Amino acid sequence: MSWISKTFTSSIGRKIIMSLSGLFLCTFLVVHLIGNLQLFKHDGGAAFNTYSHFMGTNPIIRTIEWGLVLGFGFHIYEALMLTRRNKAARGSQGYVSNHSEQNSEWTSRNMGILGTIILIFLIVHLYNFFWRARFAGDIPKMGGADPLTRDYDNLYMAVVDSFHIWWYVLLYVAAQISLGYHLWHGFRSGFQTLGLNHRKYTPAIKYIGYAFAVLVSAGFASMPLYFFLFTNAQGELAANASAVLQSVAAAF
Amino acid sequence: MAGSNPNAKPMNLTLKVWRQPNRQAQGKIVDYQVKDISPDMSFLEMLDVLNEDLLRGGQDPVAFDHDCREGICGSCDLFINGRSHGPEKGTTTCQLHMRKFSDGDTITIEPWRASSFPVNKDLSVDRSAFDRIIQAGGYVSVNTGGAPDGNEIPIPKEISDRAFEAATCIGCGACVAACKNASAMLFVSAKVSQLALLPQGQVERKTRVENMVAQMDKEGFGACTNIGSCAAECPVGISLENIAILNREFLAAKASSNNLA
Repeated sequence: MSWISKTFTSSIGRKIIMSLSGLFLCTFLVVHLIGNLQLFKHDGGAAFNTYSHFMGTNPIIRTIEWGLVLGFGFHIYEALMLTRRNKAARGSQGYVSNHSEQNSEWTSRNMGILGTIILIFLIVHLYNFFWRARFAGDIPKMGGADPLTRDYDNLYMAVVDSFHIWWYVLLYVAAQISLGYHLWHGFRSGFQTLGLNHRKYTPAIKYIGYAFAVLVSAGFASMPLYFFLFTNAQGELAANASAVLQSVAAAF
Repeated sequence: MAGSNPNAKPMNLTLKVWRQPNRQAQGKIVDYQVKDISPDMSFLEMLDVLNEDLLRGGQDPVAFDHDCREGICGSCDLFINGRSHGPEKGTTTCQLHMRKFSDGDTITIEPWRASSFPVNKDLSVDRSAFDRIIQAGGYVSVNTGGAPDGNEIPIPKEISDRAFEAATCIGCGACVAACKNASAMLFVSAKVSQLALLPQGQVERKTRVENMVAQMDKEGFGACTNIGSCAAECPVGISLENIAILNREFLAAKASSNNLA
C-alpha cells in the first residue's frame, strides 16, 4: 500500500483527486439541474414530487448517493490539505507589492473563497431540503385523489415556500454566482491536472468550460429568481408577473 | 556612454528596497533616491549606481544576485513592482532596461518569496532547493568511454524542437515567486518533459519523475492550482503544457514503475 498512499498524498496525487472529484461533481450538477427543471412544469409540482420520490427511494440512486458523498468529501478534504500545504509554501513574509492581477485571473486565484461560499450554501441547502425530507420528515404530503402520489412528500411546496424568502433567494443567487466562477476555472483546470492538455483540443475544453459555468450557474439561479419574482405563494404564475417582467426588462 | 542615446533624458527615481541583514533577522523596506539614471541602463546597472552611492556614504550596499547579465544564467531574481523580473514580458531582471520606467517613478524591489527560498541577505535568495531537485533526477546518466558522435542518435526535428523549448528553462525561480502557492511545478515540469522527450532520457524516465516530484514536495514547494501566473512571468516562455506533461509522466510512472516503496 505504501506506493499508493505515497502517490495520493504527493502534491500531484492530491491534485489528481481534486480533479477527478471535481469533474465527477460536474456530472452531478448536470443531473441535478435537469431534474430541477421540472419545477418549471406548472403542474402543481406533480412531476417534481414524483421525481423527488424516485430519487429519494430508488435503491440504485440511494447507492450512487454514497458516491456523491465521497465526491464532495474528497474534494473538500483535498482542498483543505492543499491549501494548508500551499499557505505554508508561500511563507509568512508576504510581498509588500504584488500585482498578480496582471498575470492571472481573479477566479483562478480565489477558488478557496468561492468553494467556501458554495460549502456554506451546500450546508443550508442540504438542511432545508435533504435533511427535512430524509430524516426530519416534517415535509407535508402531497395529498389529493391519486393513491400513487398522495403519500409523496410535497417538496415542490417546500421549494416554493423557501424561494419566497428574500434572504434565501439572495443566498442561492450568491452561491450560484460563486459556483459559476468556480467552474469557470475548475472545469478546464480539471483536465489540465489529468495531463489532458493538447493544442488540438485544449481551446475547446476551455470554451466548453466557460459555457458550462454560465449555463449551470444561470440555470440554477433562475429557479429561486423565477419563484420569487413571478409566482404567488402556491407557485402559480402571479397576477402581476407580466408587470414585474416589464420592470425587470426595463432595468436592463 | 558608448552607444547610448544622446537624447535620452536622465531619470530620478525613488526606490523602495527590501533590506534584511541576514537569514534570521527581520527585514524591512527602506527608501532610497537615485539620481541621473540613464534610460539605457539595465535594472542591475541602476542598482550598481545605488550601491556606489551607498558605499561612498559609508553604508552597506544592497546585496542582489546576478552573474552573466545576458539573460541566460538565471541568477538575477528581483520582484519588481509586484512582478517577477518586473513589468516587461519575457525578460530577466538584467535584460529589463530603465527606459521601461519614467522619471519620478517609485519602484518597489523585493526578493523572491517562498518558504523554500530563504533570503540570504537583502535581495539575495537561496535557491539551492532547485539544485537538490535536479540532483534527485534532472540528469541523464552517461556511460564512460569515448565522446559519442554528434547526431549518432536520430531525433525527429519536431521532438528536438519541443525538448529544446523545455530546455530553455534557466531555473531562475520566477515561477515560484509569482505563484500564489509557491509551486515549483513549472520548473520541475520543464526538466521532466525535456528529458522525457529525448531518447537519452528514456532509461531513467520513470524514476526521474518519481524522485524529482518527491524532492519537490520534500523541499516544501506548493501544489499547482493551474492559475498560470508562472507561465505568464516566465522569462523564457515555458508553457503550462509542460505541467500537464509532468502530471501525465508522474501518473504513468506511479502506475507502472517497479518502485514499490
